[in-house]
Amino acid sequence: MIDNTLLAVPRREDDLLCSGHAACPGCSEPITLRHILAVLGPDTMAVVPPSCMAIIAGPQPFSSMRIPVYQPTLEASAAAASGLRRALDAQGRHETTVIVLAGDGGTYDIGLQCLSSAAERNENILYFCLDNEGYMNTGAQKSSSTPRFAYTSSTPAGKTTRKKNLTEIMAAHGVPYVATASVAYLADLRRKVAKAKAMRGLRLITLLIPCLDGWGLADDGALGAARLAVQSGAFPLVEVEDGVRWTLNSETPSRPIAEYLAVQRRYRNLRPADVRALQGEIDEGWARLARRAQASMPAAAEARAA
Amino acid sequence: MNTEARTLLLTGNHAVAWAARLARPKVVPVYPITPQTPVLEKITEFQAAGEFDAEVLTPESEHSVMSACIPASLAGVRVFTATASQGLLLMHELLHYAAGARAPIVMANVNRTVASPWAFWPDHTDSLAQRDTGWIQYYVESPQEALDTVLQAYRVAEQVLVPAMVNLDAFYVSHSLEPVSVPAQALADAYLPPFAPRQRLDTASPSSWGNVISQDMFFRHRQAIEQSMAEVPELAAQADRAWAELTGRSHGVVERYRCDGAQTVVVTMGSMAGTARDAIDAMREAGQAVGLVKLRLFRPLPVHALRAALAGARDVIVLDRNHSPGIGGVLHQELRAALYGMDGAPRIHGCLAGVGGVNVPPEHVARFVGEVLQTEPQPESHWVR
Repeated sequence: MIDNTLLAVPRREDDLLCSGHAACPGCSEPITLRHILAVLGPDTMAVVPPSCMAIIAGPQPFSSMRIPVYQPTLEASAAAASGLRRALDAQGRHETTVIVLAGDGGTYDIGLQCLSSAAERNENILYFCLDNEGYMNTGAQKSSSTPRFAYTSSTPAGKTTRKKNLTEIMAAHGVPYVATASVAYLADLRRKVAKAKAMRGLRLITLLIPCLDGWGLADDGALGAARLAVQSGAFPLVEVEDGVRWTLNSETPSRPIAEYLAVQRRYRNLRPADVRALQGEIDEGWARLARRAQASMPAAAEARAA
Repeated sequence: MNTEARTLLLTGNHAVAWAARLARPKVVPVYPITPQTPVLEKITEFQAAGEFDAEVLTPESEHSVMSACIPASLAGVRVFTATASQGLLLMHELLHYAAGARAPIVMANVNRTVASPWAFWPDHTDSLAQRDTGWIQYYVESPQEALDTVLQAYRVAEQVLVPAMVNLDAFYVSHSLEPVSVPAQALADAYLPPFAPRQRLDTASPSSWGNVISQDMFFRHRQAIEQSMAEVPELAAQADRAWAELTGRSHGVVERYRCDGAQTVVVTMGSMAGTARDAIDAMREAGQAVGLVKLRLFRPLPVHALRAALAGARDVIVLDRNHSPGIGGVLHQELRAALYGMDGAPRIHGCLAGVGGVNVPPEHVARFVGEVLQTEPQPESHWVR
């Protein structure tokens, strides 16, 4: 059931993301951010490491976000957010939400160590990973979030290894909330942001952000690719509470992975066997998620009863 | 107000922890490393006993420690941490970041050899390798001086919005036990007003830190940092005098010890200054005109104070407990630069003494002085032991 009030966009003058930001034309990252900030409200501080979002945030003395932004070093977002959180707590500012807006390079790769530590300490921060599956800001090099077979400028023959599963890694820490969301499923995205905002402890939401340039999409292809990613099962929408209660928020894949791959030039050299291998990964991943969600149902029911 | 000081038997590390407690920081991220660990243990003990009202974080690395320190400071609270050796090196990127962010964090660093190979001995190479990061650097000789200096460092750092590092030698200071006068909280509070920066990260008045800037803005930013650094020697001297008025203890920025009429002056930092004092006493006893200059503030280098302290000496002998391959002793080279072009500049000799924590007893210092004075000054440092 979609609650339409969740889709309300703020009036321009109340928008926490200003127009005139520096995102590439057609990129879905700004609209994703706009909805995140609309849900979170102005009592929010953002930690933004080097990434596309740091560009969108704007050069000094401009700032596209009407909230305080601290830009840390690339590998340190969760640690910086922890320090900021503790300083606010020490000042009695417990209601201010501290968020991270990091890319996949800053999360899956160089920032994973401090993210794991912040998760172990269950720091009270809301971490958004804006996942465009590579170092797109530096010209599309592979990260550990880049899927298998994808062309990047550092994997010209296609990446030979699989995408790291951040959701599973973070869920294994037993943090209160881990979820995936997509701007193509806006009501689900806004519900998750609102739900995460109301919780305490370390919360992480991974958002798939198709990169027009890095993925080789048509100029108007961002939202379509985001939707296909979910429909094909390449990017299932899930949420995991306390590391054990898994809920699937997207339908059983209804489109073959080939359709999703076909709109992206980064997969243009795929052989039929590669496509079959990827379809196999998708099917296997979906089956695992379905088992987890099924196994979580009694626990979820108990939680509701309590 | 109760201004009664207590005398406690403390190691240098515990003196640092007491100083941190007296400074009332609000956020303390910290990671354990030999030989700094007792600082961390004492602070967490204070906190567990309800005597230390701070957010203590224990992240997975020194890198994350300093990463947490910076935005906490920018949010407007006082921040403390402590590290040593490899931990300091792991922080290197963030040391630059903290100085650029004008975050007046105070950190104690226990000077320990830098690997490889592994060792745990007193050596200043760890912190001297950070001399270009934009941190104020103090070097202390004793547990009492460590306590006094942490509080003075906050006073100076927060006036100029520059981070400060208080360096104490592994074991010689960090683990040596001596009676330390611990001032009353009321006295520390009177000395160190609450940290109240004009700007802070605050949702009531949104502003940002770290966004990309132009070449021109970067140039001006560095100039502003330099201007603040230039104020530090005088502010450090003032902070030391104000401390002396309250406690009777002064350590100076540059300390002259028995330098009146001295033809030869030994210059050194940290615990070696204590050893050199005994050596100077013995040489004076033997009729030699020898004095000691202890450099307590290394960054910014108090060039004018050093020139004044060394004016009139014929020979200056620098004792370096550090090693910069290819140039020798860091302090030796700093002194050569500081005195270059000075009217009647003394001849400067450099000795690599105590590198790697090699013990340097007072009689060795006297011997080094005797041997070095037989030679002409060289740009390179002598290996002595």
